[in-house]
Amino acid sequence: MHTEAAPTSADFDEMRARALIEPLKHLDGAALPILHALQQAFGCIDARAVALVADALDLSRAEVHGLVTFYPDFRATPEPRRVVKLCRGEACQALGCEALVEDLAGRGVVVDGAGAAAVESVYCLGNCALGPSAMADGELVGRLTPEKLARLCALESEGA
Amino acid sequence: MTPVRIFVPQDAAAASVGADAVARALAHEAAARGLAFDIVRTGARGMMWLEPLVEVETHGGRIAYGPVGAGDVAGLVDAGFHAGGAHRLRLGAIEDLDWMKRQSRLVFARCGVQHPLSLDDWRARGGLAGLKRALEMGPEAIVDAIQASGLRGRGGAGFPAGVKWATVRDAEADRKYVVCNADEGDSGTFADRMLMEGDPFQIVEGMIVAGLAVGATKGFVYVRSEYPRAFRAMTQAIARAQQAGLLGDDVLGSRRAFRIEVRLGAGAYICGEEMALIESLEGKRGMVRAKPPLPAVSGLFGRPTLVHNVLTLAAVPFILAHGADAYAAYGVGRSRGTMPIQLAGNVKRGGLIEAGFGLSLREIVEDFGGGTLSGRPVRAVQLGGPLGAYLPETALDVKFDYESLSAVGGMLGHGGIVVFDDSVDMARQARFAFAFCARESCGKCTPCRIGAVRGLETMDRIIAGENVEANIALVRDLGALMSEASLCAMGGLTPAPVLSALRHFGVDFRARRTREAGS
Repeated sequence: MHTEAAPTSADFDEMRARALIEPLKHLDGAALPILHALQQAFGCIDARAVALVADALDLSRAEVHGLVTFYPDFRATPEPRRVVKLCRGEACQALGCEALVEDLAGRGVVVDGAGAAAVESVYCLGNCALGPSAMADGELVGRLTPEKLARLCALESEGA
Repeated sequence: MTPVRIFVPQDAAAASVGADAVARALAHEAAARGLAFDIVRTGARGMMWLEPLVEVETHGGRIAYGPVGAGDVAGLVDAGFHAGGAHRLRLGAIEDLDWMKRQSRLVFARCGVQHPLSLDDWRARGGLAGLKRALEMGPEAIVDAIQASGLRGRGGAGFPAGVKWATVRDAEADRKYVVCNADEGDSGTFADRMLMEGDPFQIVEGMIVAGLAVGATKGFVYVRSEYPRAFRAMTQAIARAQQAGLLGDDVLGSRRAFRIEVRLGAGAYICGEEMALIESLEGKRGMVRAKPPLPAVSGLFGRPTLVHNVLTLAAVPFILAHGADAYAAYGVGRSRGTMPIQLAGNVKRGGLIEAGFGLSLREIVEDFGGGTLSGRPVRAVQLGGPLGAYLPETALDVKFDYESLSAVGGMLGHGGIVVFDDSVDMARQARFAFAFCARESCGKCTPCRIGAVRGLETMDRIIAGENVEANIALVRDLGALMSEASLCAMGGLTPAPVLSALRHFGVDFRARRTREAGS
């Protein structure tokens, strides 16, 4: 195994992972519900978690790794920064989401890349009549302006 | 003192512009002034530009105010809005607004009106009538009614629902499934989300009826993870329906079993494709399967499976409760019933418009939408999401139904319309179509997996002004190949936005240097 260099979840706890997997593994098509539970608990699904899932579902580790890499929601390494999902679908393009991407670059944040905040591109958040839109902590923000987005990325502090 | 009922949406779109903060401000203001407010959180009415849209129950009916900011709440209370008082944000009764009067709300009749998880409110407004009728009718008559209604799949393909139901019903198997596709990934669409958040029991009811008709005992709702509020609403609605005996081993004392599980997607657009969705439900990567066999014959876990979009299943209770003829009375030609149209993008008044098929695009974009939000001229609309064609402003007189749109090279899809103003660069939109396909392709078939990347590279050359005519010919050729040879609509329809942009907006592809120098 050549996983030495890959960052792993600092929170990983095998007992807890097993406890999460156990009640879900009898579901029909249990893989996604289990991976969601692990991702939520540990912030990623690293090699240790992959091995447990493979064992519980009688799959190869390669198959589970394939799931983790196929689905954008699952990540093999933790993302320490808070993730803001910025919509770049057509409805948000029509309202200038690409200008927001440029503005963020000016603030030192490369979307899908480096910087003080983790901003990821997504394609449609279902808020297409009130774009441009983003999502953070499971909540949608509509009618984004450069300033609103900067606050959301905690580049400036934000109130309630 | 009887509390005043105040309705504030908890719909994700309404919340995205501050509805939760408005609800908190109302509660705070009521406490501070000793007023009794009963704040009911509802779905959205669909008039998104008026969100947060607050309604108050008065002796003269419900009066709406909007868009209400949290900062407006104290002023509204000062103005006596809780008795329908005058205020600059007062809109009057929603049913009297032009935007609403021109609609026919069959599927969205309750959405935004009531608490989404109150079974009592739901029943009081006609919920359960379709299922009760279905239990009296029996499977044969239910399928006949769906066929007679003319209902077609609302997810995009527009396949006659009744034919699918008959196929699943006639398939012999130990188990059958109903799958509700709530992986609403097309940009410009949000009707599934609104309905799950605003009237989830209607979807549950439609699924149960479908299960009774085709002989399925288990249903799955596959909700995309970008919709956490919808996922919660569906999960809670199913738990309540189970408690109330709507779901379980003995649906409403019928000795028929039906259960539903909600599953969460994981960010893959391709899982909106029915075969990829089935693979994903089975716990695999969302890879497309070749058809045949059709899912109606061999679908989830190899069993006959009725896969329908949220809106298709949600139309079922109305058809059963009011009769196939009542539904088929709406619409035109072979497009029967109503379509929840989603007006989005650069538009002044965007939102959900449910109307019989046959409105013109111009009525939708100009009369309902009021033109662009930016105030600039409309240049293009994209219909049916990232795989749908772009049409120019001059084509807006076409009618919004399956056949009319198809005749002009468009696609109704899931009913989304995205409006662009004259600042749009259509070569960039064509480039995006390939980029999106490259990102979201499941990789199973070569035309889609490789074609999208090559298309993207070729569009980059066109945009850079390299060998423009030769590269345009290459894009056309590639488009024909992807359309003909891809396994599913992802690769098969990606050329639609590209080639329609080229057809109607060729000037954006050619002479770019001249244009850019002049601008």
